Amino acid sequence: MFISWGVMQSAIELGLVYSLVALALFLSYSMLNVCDLSTDGCYTLGCAVGSVVAIAGHPALALLAAVGSGICSGFVTAFLQTKLKIESLLAGIVVNTGLYTINILIMGKSTLSLNDCETVFTRAKALLSGTVLAPYYKLIVALAFVVLVLVLQLLFLRTRLGLSIRATGNNAAMVKSSSINPHLMITIGLCCSNAITALGGCLIGEYNKTCDINMGTGMVTIALASLIIGETIFGKKTIPWRAFGVIVGAVLYRIVVAIALRLNMPATALKLVSAVIVAIAISYPTVMEMVEFQSKRFAARGRNLYRILQVTFGLLAVIFLVLAVINVWSRSFLILLAVLAAICLVWMLAAERNQKKVKAC
Amino acid sequence: MLKIDGISKTFNPGTNNSKTALNKLSLHVTKGDFITIIGSNGAGKSTLFNAICGGFYVDEGRIVLDNKDITYDKDYRRSKSIGHLFQDPMRGSAPGMTIEENLALAAGHGGWLSTISKADRDAFREKLAQLEMGLENRMKQPVGLLSGGQRQALTLLMSTFHPPKLLLLDEHTAALDPATAEKVLAMTKRIISENNLTCLMVTHNMQSALELGNRTVMMDSGRIIFDTSGESRSRLTVADLLRLFHEKTGEDLDNDRMLLS
Ligand SMILES: Nc1ncnc2c1ncn2[C@@H]1O[C@H](COP(=O)(O)OP(=O)(O)OP(=O)(O)O)[C@@H](O)[C@H]1O
Ligand SMILES: [Mg+2]
Repeated sequence: MFISWGVMQSAIELGLVYSLVALALFLSYSMLNVCDLSTDGCYTLGCAVGSVVAIAGHPALALLAAVGSGICSGFVTAFLQTKLKIESLLAGIVVNTGLYTINILIMGKSTLSLNDCETVFTRAKALLSGTVLAPYYKLIVALAFVVLVLVLQLLFLRTRLGLSIRATGNNAAMVKSSSINPHLMITIGLCCSNAITALGGCLIGEYNKTCDINMGTGMVTIALASLIIGETIFGKKTIPWRAFGVIVGAVLYRIVVAIALRLNMPATALKLVSAVIVAIAISYPTVMEMVEFQSKRFAARGRNLYRILQVTFGLLAVIFLVLAVINVWSRSFLILLAVLAAICLVWMLAAERNQKKVKAC
Repeated sequence: MLKIDGISKTFNPGTNNSKTALNKLSLHVTKGDFITIIGSNGAGKSTLFNAICGGFYVDEGRIVLDNKDITYDKDYRRSKSIGHLFQDPMRGSAPGMTIEENLALAAGHGGWLSTISKADRDAFREKLAQLEMGLENRMKQPVGLLSGGQRQALTLLMSTFHPPKLLLLDEHTAALDPATAEKVLAMTKRIISENNLTCLMVTHNMQSALELGNRTVMMDSGRIIFDTSGESRSRLTVADLLRLFHEKTGEDLDNDRMLLS
């Protein structure tokens, strides 16, 4: 088979654990409307703190310690943002940079191995050994945490506190006129989201049995990509539906990664893919508006912009494929470009059909 | 009730753009007053309201509400006793949240961890029904789907959910079409008289400035140039107002949204 069940299962497990970070961004990015760039560092922080505690022999306590460290990190980011009036993006970057040193200090060196210590996963393995569930112990642990966080988060968002946090991201002026302190809401929101991020980092550490100082690099983009994939597929309906979509998005992302790895694509190429996904998804409405406007201009001159773009992308896809086949340069990279061109082709076909439908109405 | 004593505010002091928007302005409001405020563009009407609800701190002077000095209170604390409606209907509600969620925030019942209860919903439905806009049947819809007039009516409901000590209306019907504006204004009058609210209202409609409320204040260049109430006010006509403005300032009252009748 193209992809074995084993590979698939670990992709789902990883996706579930990573979905915690995506759920954290769901809180800070989608609800609070703050793009928290300290995510990378906070994720590593959670892993570092968790690993140190786990190595000391307390794998469950490690999770709590990670959550605590995440809250602290979120608090600092929020403090810089609200009280010291540092712009939210910059506040995240500043904290992220500072966390690098802190993480090294906590870890003592740049990698830690959890091979010889107990983790929540080894505990679950011991607990489930001999039962039918034994092969799925990692899946069960990951799923349990995701469900726990999801349920808590959904309950939280329904409370007055949760509503206030959502309103802060939606219309801060209105929050003030409801006698609620928006700074407090940003602080609480960032503490919660960073707690979830750090929990995700800690679980990944216990899952992979290793903690590396650079493990968080690009995490925020990957999590955003998952979030956006989820919201694109599931739509912006009710909050529970969207949160569920975020988890599915994270799992799908990992499945795509597994497929890419199966195709011998270098793992490093994936960061480029996620960057492209995020850039496209966020700019999508603007790009579509631009294309529509330009297509009108082209139509006025008797040309069909969609047709031109379709042909261009089609040609590009073919050229990249041919180049890949004759193997002039990094094959996997060329295949990647060909796939991207093909996606754009399909996109333009869909856009043209959509346009026609709108006109027909 | 509300005592404003000699407040001043200069924006961008010390630069070329320096602008004194409030100039040693004083205004005493008694409980139950309904004051209409008129003035040219840039007279400082909106700035006065912002000063009262804490959008910025004044450079000098005192603001005292119900014998409590609020000059240096934070804006979100003042909003407990002051309701503020703007010209822009989008400002007062969260578009991505449903009508009932918006109302729940305005109501602020229960602790931080409480959720919207059945009793809350019934109370909201009853209040919404009073608006006669059919909003009571759309409580689960996001506010972003409402029209400007509906949103402004909802905002009015939200800011008077707990009757505030002071209600500030900053041309809150100016962005609505005439029929809707009429409706929202009628609603405003009803809510004010039912709750016996103390209210300041900026209006660009000279006629309603004289008809509504019990006192009219004219502003220019960050000061109050004319203040009338009681008998002398009831004798005034729109023409008198315009003439008075000309006498006091040497210029014509000039407001881009002005309506003379
Ligand atoms: N935040 C600010 N920064 C700089 N200048 C400001 C600021 N707010 C108001 N101003 C200036 O203060 C003056 C008074 O403005 P304000 O908005 O209070 O006028 P207004 O009486 O409400 O006029 P309008 O009838 O047009 O609403 C204007 O000249 C305006 O440019
Ligand atoms: Mg104004």
